[in-house]
Amino acid sequence: MGEVLKVAMPKGRIYKKAAQLFREAGIVIPDDVDDSRRLVIPIPEANMEFIMAKPVDVPTYVEYGVADIGIVGKDVLLEENRDVYELLDLGIARCRMSVIALPDRQPGIHLRVATKYPNVAARYFREQGEQVEVIKLNGSIELAPLIGLADRIVDMVETGQTLKDNGLVELESIFGITSRLIANRVSYRMKNDAIQQLCDKLEKVMPGAGAAKA
Amino acid sequence: MSKPKGFEKPVGVRDYLPRATRRLRRIERSVLDCMANWGYDPIKTPTLEYYDTVGIASSTPDRKLYKLLSSRGQTLVLRSDMTAPIARVASSLLREEPLPLRLSYHANVFRAIEEEAGREAEFFQTGVELVGDRSPEADAEVIALAIASLQAAGVKTFKFAMGHVGFLNGLFDEALPGRTDAQQALKERLLHRDYVGFRETTESLGLKREQQEELEGLLRLRGGVEVCEQAAGLSGHTLALESLTHLRSVWEALVDYGVSQHVLIDLTMIGDFSYYTGMVFEGYAAELGFPVCSGGRYDNLLRQFGRDVPATGFALKTTRILDGVDDPAGEEERPALIVYEASRRAEALAEAGRIRAEGGAAVTRLAAENADSENESGRYSRVLHFAGENSPVQ
Repeated sequence: MGEVLKVAMPKGRIYKKAAQLFREAGIVIPDDVDDSRRLVIPIPEANMEFIMAKPVDVPTYVEYGVADIGIVGKDVLLEENRDVYELLDLGIARCRMSVIALPDRQPGIHLRVATKYPNVAARYFREQGEQVEVIKLNGSIELAPLIGLADRIVDMVETGQTLKDNGLVELESIFGITSRLIANRVSYRMKNDAIQQLCDKLEKVMPGAGAAKA
Repeated sequence: MSKPKGFEKPVGVRDYLPRATRRLRRIERSVLDCMANWGYDPIKTPTLEYYDTVGIASSTPDRKLYKLLSSRGQTLVLRSDMTAPIARVASSLLREEPLPLRLSYHANVFRAIEEEAGREAEFFQTGVELVGDRSPEADAEVIALAIASLQAAGVKTFKFAMGHVGFLNGLFDEALPGRTDAQQALKERLLHRDYVGFRETTESLGLKREQQEELEGLLRLRGGVEVCEQAAGLSGHTLALESLTHLRSVWEALVDYGVSQHVLIDLTMIGDFSYYTGMVFEGYAAELGFPVCSGGRYDNLLRQFGRDVPATGFALKTTRILDGVDDPAGEEERPALIVYEASRRAEALAEAGRIRAEGGAAVTRLAAENADSENESGRYSRVLHFAGENSPVQ
C-alpha cells in the first residue's frame, strides 16, 4: 500500500457516525479512538492517520494540506469557504440550517440576527434583499431571542426539540446539511489512487447513496 | 485600528532575509536559464498598470485587485499576474515582431486576499508566454517546459493535471442548449471543485436520466490518454470533439517529450482564470499544500489589446516553491575575511581583488585592537591577516 492518508476527523457528534460509516465500508478502525485524548492517531490497519480536530477547523487543515482529506458538515464548509475539493455527500449527520425566532416577536427597525455562522447568515439575508446586523455568538444561540439580544437566530436544527422547549419557531429552512468528504487540492492529485479507493468504498454504503453517485 | 508598531508591515507581504533571498535567486536563475535554453527571452513590465486595460484583462476579481489613483485621477492597479501585461506588450511594442513570440519573466504580483498566513498579497511568479501558435505542439511545449522548470527549481516529486475548457463548453452546450445560466452554474461548481454540488445541479436541471448520468460521468474522467476516448462517447458536439482531438495530440507530444508519466488528464479542470479558452493545466508538488504551477491557453486575451493572435503559457508560484525546496548542500558560500594593517593595505586589497576575480567572495577590514574573535560566528570561510612584514597568515 502507498502513502498514509491523513484524515482530519471532526471530534464529537459527527465522528461516531463517520467512524461507523468507515467500518461499514470495510475500513478497520479501533473502537476507542475518540475516547483517547490523543490528537493524532495512527490507524495502521487502514493505512490512515486521524487528526482529531474541532469540526470548524477541518476545512482549514485540509486547505493547507496538513490533512489530505477530511470529514465536515456542509454548514462549516459554507461558513468557512475554503478552497478544497468537495468529493462526496456522505449523507450522515443530517440536519438543516434555519432561521428561528420567537413566534410573536416584532423586529425593530434594524433586524438583528445572532448566529455561529455570520457569513452564512449575512449571505442569506442579502439574497433575500434585507440588510441585517449580525452578532456572532459561540454557543447556546437559542438564548439570544429569549433574552432580547436578537430578533432572529440562524442555527443548525436537528430534531427541533431545543426550539420547542424554549418556545421558539423555525421560520424558514435555508439549506439541508450533511457531512461531506473533502480533499486538499494537491493531495487529491498526489494520492489520487488512495482517495479514489476510499470514495468508491464509501459510496457503496452511504445512506441515500442513490442521490450521489459519482 | 491602532497605529502600527515599528516592526510591523502590512499583512500579506514578506521580508526575504539573505538566506531566503539567496535561495529565491538560485531558483529564479535556474528556472530562467532553463527557459532561455528553450528559446524564451526575458521581459520586464511595470508594477503599475491601468485598471481599464490590464486590470480588466487580468480577469482578477475586483475585490482582489489593489487599486490606486494616479495624480491625474486615473485608476491604477498593482499587476495581479504577468499574462495580461505581456499580452499588452505583445500587442503594442512587439507588434511588428514575427510570431511566434517566446517570452519569459520573473516578477512580483499582487492580490488583495483574505488576511491569513500563507496567502500572500505579494508573491513571485516565474513563467513563460508563447504567443502566436495555436497548435497542440505549442501547448505540449509549455507543459514540457513547465515540468523542466519545476525540476530546475529543485522540485523532485510532482504531478501535473491537464484539462480542456473547450470540451466542457461543448459538452454543456450540447446537454443544455441555450440554457446559459444552467451551463454557467455547472461551470461554477467545477471551478469551486464542488463535485457534490455539481451532482446536485445536474439532478436539478430536469434532464433525462441518461443525459444526467453522462454529465455526472464527467467527474470520473481522470487518467491517461484513454480518458479522451471515454469522453468522446459523452458528446457528439463538434467543439467537444475538436477539443478532445487537440488534447490527444498534446498528450502524444508529451509522450515524445518523455514526460507523459508526470501528467494526468482531468476533464473537470476549468482553470482559475476566465481568460482560458482551451487546454488548462496545474502542477502539484508533494509536501506543498497548494498548487505550484498553473497555465493554459488564452486565445482571446490579446484581442482585447488589438492583436488577435492565440497564446499559451504558464506561471510557477516561485514563492511557494521556495517553501518546499531544500538548500542544496554547501550552497552557502561564505566569504573570506582579509584583515590588514594600514601599511599593507595595498597588498590586502590586491589579494581580495584576486579572490573576487576568481568568482569568490572577500570582505576586507582594517585590523583593530581587541578584535580577536573574527571567525566566531562562522560568517567567514577563512581569515587572512596582512600584518607586520610577513606574508599573509591564515
